[in-house]
Amino acid sequence: MSITKPSLTVLAWGAAALTTLAAVMIFALAPEDADQGFSQKIFYVHVPIALTAYACFGLGAWKAYRLLATRGERYDLESYTGVHLGTIFGVLTLVTGAIWAKASWGVWWTWSSNQLVLFLVLFLFYCAYFMLRFSVEPGARRERISAVYALFGVALIPVSFFAIRLANDFIHPTVFTREGPQMTGEMFAAFCVSWASITLLAYVMYRVELAGKRIDANLRDLREALQP
Amino acid sequence: MSSGEKYVAAAYGVFVVVVLVWVAILATKLARLERETGELARLARARPAGEQADG
Repeated sequence: MSITKPSLTVLAWGAAALTTLAAVMIFALAPEDADQGFSQKIFYVHVPIALTAYACFGLGAWKAYRLLATRGERYDLESYTGVHLGTIFGVLTLVTGAIWAKASWGVWWTWSSNQLVLFLVLFLFYCAYFMLRFSVEPGARRERISAVYALFGVALIPVSFFAIRLANDFIHPTVFTREGPQMTGEMFAAFCVSWASITLLAYVMYRVELAGKRIDANLRDLREALQP
Repeated sequence: MSSGEKYVAAAYGVFVVVVLVWVAILATKLARLERETGELARLARARPAGEQADG
């Protein structure tokens, strides 16, 4: 039994519709936070972006594992695209986080927060992926080296994700505890829709970018075959 | 505009700008791919008939 992928056009329109719905819910439905005021609205974009960055790095690692397990060449581009998008969302996480930190704590960055530092380590680790990848000649060797590196990085994701709980960090807020989300129902609904919209947007970006890279690779092969 | 509103506008603005930059980069790439596909189509048409049949 084969599962056909949903059409990219449908997904793109779905992402646009969900993003619009998320914006309405964030700014018209979700109440203002009693403690942080209006600046708490950054939560609805910062946290989903960070979770999407983790998901993209995780996807890159999963595809890397598939490459190593099956030797399927197509997984190399899929892993690379996942890591690339993870890095884009990683930049966004750091920038939106810095803006929120300035609004809430009065500083752009603090080295005393383990979660911030560990996310930066994770981000820099995956930045080095590109240096490694482009320092090796294209081919099977580069595919394997890149895959092993992408797979190693995934170990940093749970460390970064759970750092706040492990380190008892009092600076970075913990919204999701064992008792559930520490927010109102409207806030949680707005967060979920925002998270779904950003995840869907990232998936659309993944599919578009992957299609572009595959066309590029096919064109290179065609050029080699056609040119005298 | 209060300072809280400015920070919120900056955070959402950064997100929108990064997505737009990504779209612009992709549009540039698409234009390059279109150009290269055209060149390859011209190359394929210019090949002698016998060579095309040989592959």
